[in-house]
Amino acid sequence: MSTHEVASAPVAEHHTSTGLDNTKLAMWAFLGSECLFFGSFITTYLLYRNRVLDGPTPHEIYDIPFTSVSSFILLMSSLTMVLALAAIQRGDHKTMRVWLACTALLGMAFIGGQVYEFTTFVEEGLKISTSVFGSSFFVLTGFHGAHVTVGIFMLLALVGMSMSGRLGDRHEGARKVELIGLYWHFVDIVWIVIFTVIYLIPTN
Amino acid sequence: MATAAYPTRRGFFTRPRSTTGKWSWFFTVDHKKIGIMYCVTAFIFFIVGGLEALAIRSQLAQPNGEILNAEVYNQFFTMHGLTMIFLVVMPMGVGLMNYLVPLLIGARDVAFPRLNAFSYWVFLFGGIFLYSSFFLGGAPDGGWFGYAPLNETLPGHGMTFYALGLQILGVASLAGAVNFIITIINMRAPGMTLLRMPVFVWMTLVTAFLLLFAMPIIAVALFELMFDRAFQATFFDPTQGGDPLLWQHLFWLFGHPEVYIMILPAMGIVSDVLPTFSGKPIFGYNAIVFAGAAIGFMGWGVWAHHMFTTGLGPVANSAFALSTMFIAVPTGVKIFNWIGTMWGGSLRFTTPMLFSIGFIAMFIIGGLSGVTHSIAPHDAQQQDTYYVVAHFHYVLFGGAIFGLFSGFYYWWPKAFGKLLSEKLGKVHFWLMFLGFNLTFGPFHVLGLNGMPRRIYTYVEGMGWDFMNLLSTIGAFVIALSALVFIANVVITRRRGEEAGADPWDARTLEWSTTSPPPEYNFEEIPIVRHRDDFWHRKYIETPEGEPARVLAGGAVATHEHEAGHGIHMPSPSYFPIVAATGLPLLGYGVIYFNSTGKALLVLGALVTMMGLFGWVLEPGAEERV
Ligand code: HEM
Ligand SMILES: [Cu+2]
Repeated sequence: MSTHEVASAPVAEHHTSTGLDNTKLAMWAFLGSECLFFGSFITTYLLYRNRVLDGPTPHEIYDIPFTSVSSFILLMSSLTMVLALAAIQRGDHKTMRVWLACTALLGMAFIGGQVYEFTTFVEEGLKISTSVFGSSFFVLTGFHGAHVTVGIFMLLALVGMSMSGRLGDRHEGARKVELIGLYWHFVDIVWIVIFTVIYLIPTN
Repeated sequence: MATAAYPTRRGFFTRPRSTTGKWSWFFTVDHKKIGIMYCVTAFIFFIVGGLEALAIRSQLAQPNGEILNAEVYNQFFTMHGLTMIFLVVMPMGVGLMNYLVPLLIGARDVAFPRLNAFSYWVFLFGGIFLYSSFFLGGAPDGGWFGYAPLNETLPGHGMTFYALGLQILGVASLAGAVNFIITIINMRAPGMTLLRMPVFVWMTLVTAFLLLFAMPIIAVALFELMFDRAFQATFFDPTQGGDPLLWQHLFWLFGHPEVYIMILPAMGIVSDVLPTFSGKPIFGYNAIVFAGAAIGFMGWGVWAHHMFTTGLGPVANSAFALSTMFIAVPTGVKIFNWIGTMWGGSLRFTTPMLFSIGFIAMFIIGGLSGVTHSIAPHDAQQQDTYYVVAHFHYVLFGGAIFGLFSGFYYWWPKAFGKLLSEKLGKVHFWLMFLGFNLTFGPFHVLGLNGMPRRIYTYVEGMGWDFMNLLSTIGAFVIALSALVFIANVVITRRRGEEAGADPWDARTLEWSTTSPPPEYNFEEIPIVRHRDDFWHRKYIETPEGEPARVLAGGAVATHEHEAGHGIHMPSPSYFPIVAATGLPLLGYGVIYFNSTGKALLVLGALVTMMGLFGWVLEPGAEERV
């Protein structure tokens, strides 16, 4: 029938209307949504940062040099992520695994820093229940930490898949690494915003 | 085709193979089955929410009613609202999108079939989770918008269930939104350009974007509430410096886009039904599409019209009053488009057409009372009276629900191969239409006479008795109409008229395949050359401008037995339902945050992780028997 010419691309093939990969577009859409998620938490924080009751104020409690170091560590993890992607694009699984593991390790170092920071704050008298400043600080940075943690799991999953040969060939592997990479870079960028807005902009 | 009723398991990461039998529903990734499950589940919740409404109306039928006490009344109106919004209108819309979008754009499935199944199960479990609160010490009772600080001072677990239940439902919506956006952007048949897409697909796209950006905002508000209620945070506690208005801003910044999330799918349905039964293409396609997109954008700039009485100040009030009046403009454009579509057409008053026309009429009334709200000083009188209740029922019930029923009658023959009875359908329509106006029309008067919203009883002598009685009678007429619909479904399932592929002489691609469509939708992916492509296969225009039937045009390919060879559809999967199971467990874990609760949290996290691991590691497809 002339009106129905054949174009039966099976679903499994990556044949899309825009030529862009479905999963990558989906990740972009999801990250768009995440912008509003963090945006709303940051707004809450900005509204509340001066409301400390009897508890510590932001500039009494923040240890900016310490957090700068852990921020630097997280930024470096974006670099290693890029190197991992470059490696798999060359088809070099082994180097990719090394860089992915480095990325995960840097992420863990960052989380370690956050755990340390949270415990010191609690010892110094800032808890989630101390003031709305405390509530908004812990919940915002806590959710960011949770995002990093999820990212670490995904990075480790990639390493595991590569070792057991489930990552697929060079193209398929690069697609997956790029996807997780998008997420990882996003979480880094959000941290830059958080770091600037929370730690660097002075409060009164 | 597969015949086994039970999935065969041959190792942990294999996929189930059967696509028939009752087990196949649990593991299916077929958008059509998922769409049906969404609609059926939402319809069951519609009955539950309707029963709550009947209880409310019985209590208010006369002054000093004694059917519900204040406590139960609060739970009932809150759960009624939450049910109708999150468990009925939204999922019914999503159900139709699921069933239809791939068919309408000439695709074999959505972009992420397993994510789609996951959305459904999360929605179902979220709904059950919310309702389990009735048995665990009391349901949410702070109103559907759960204003602070009441939302944290209310005793019991009710509002914690609210915070977590809506959070879970939000996950389902977000997953669905991503899926539909990518499906529409990326899975269109060759030639199906954006401006050839049926209006319903466009409205789905706008709705999906609204969901994508609105759900994270309510998620933040709900997380903050959860931390307040369960973990000693003080976000909304004014005694600790918390700001209750923050809740209102976050809530309505989600809440107003949410009302468009509910109405746009219905507008899409109507825009596809009217042309079919008017024998004309939609009037002003571009205008209607752009008006939909404009609503999608402007919907973000009007939220504070819900907060006129909170003291935002005259500048903010004026600004939001103006933006609210402006948003009525694209809405009005659509109404003119619909009327223009019917104008001079050869109208066929079938049941879906009646519901569509009912939609337009009722939506105009609701839209106009909305415009009266937008006048800030006016709204100061109306806020928290029954007048507002009248407004949002005219847009939500008279609008969204009428539109959805129009869609059900219209696409029923496509999904089940049999037509619903027109006679019963018309009885259903007229009963519902009369009952609806009898119930909600009097609310305008009651509200203007000062009857406040959310009171569980009133004394005689306020001048409210008669209107309240009328309204309660109307509510039972609506209930009767719902019974007629159920009877229609039951009767026609047994002896309905066979529909054939194209019972309505319709215009869009879904009618070019069999009813019900095969699992893979289209034998061959259609090539699209026109808007309303299927119509153009059936008709050409004569020199006089009259449509003339093309011989054998639009015939449906039906070589049933050898059909579907060489088409690979994704296999069913165990893991969406597994991953979804973890979420309510996490919810209970937070609510009972003692040692059992902590165990539940760990368990929930493990189940979800297991589900996701299986999801990633299972093979892409299994050979079919
Ligand atoms: C012409 C378009 C519309 C306008 C101008 C409009 C305007 C308004 C205004 C100003 C209010 C606040 C009233 C108050 O709280 O005092 C309101 C409430 C409400 N509207 Fe609309 N609206 C429109 C369309 C819709 C649609 C399409 C829906 C849903 C499908 C909807 C659902 C609601 C709901 C549920 C409320 C009640 C919120 C509450 O509980 O306070 N509206 N509307
Ligand atoms: Cu609104």
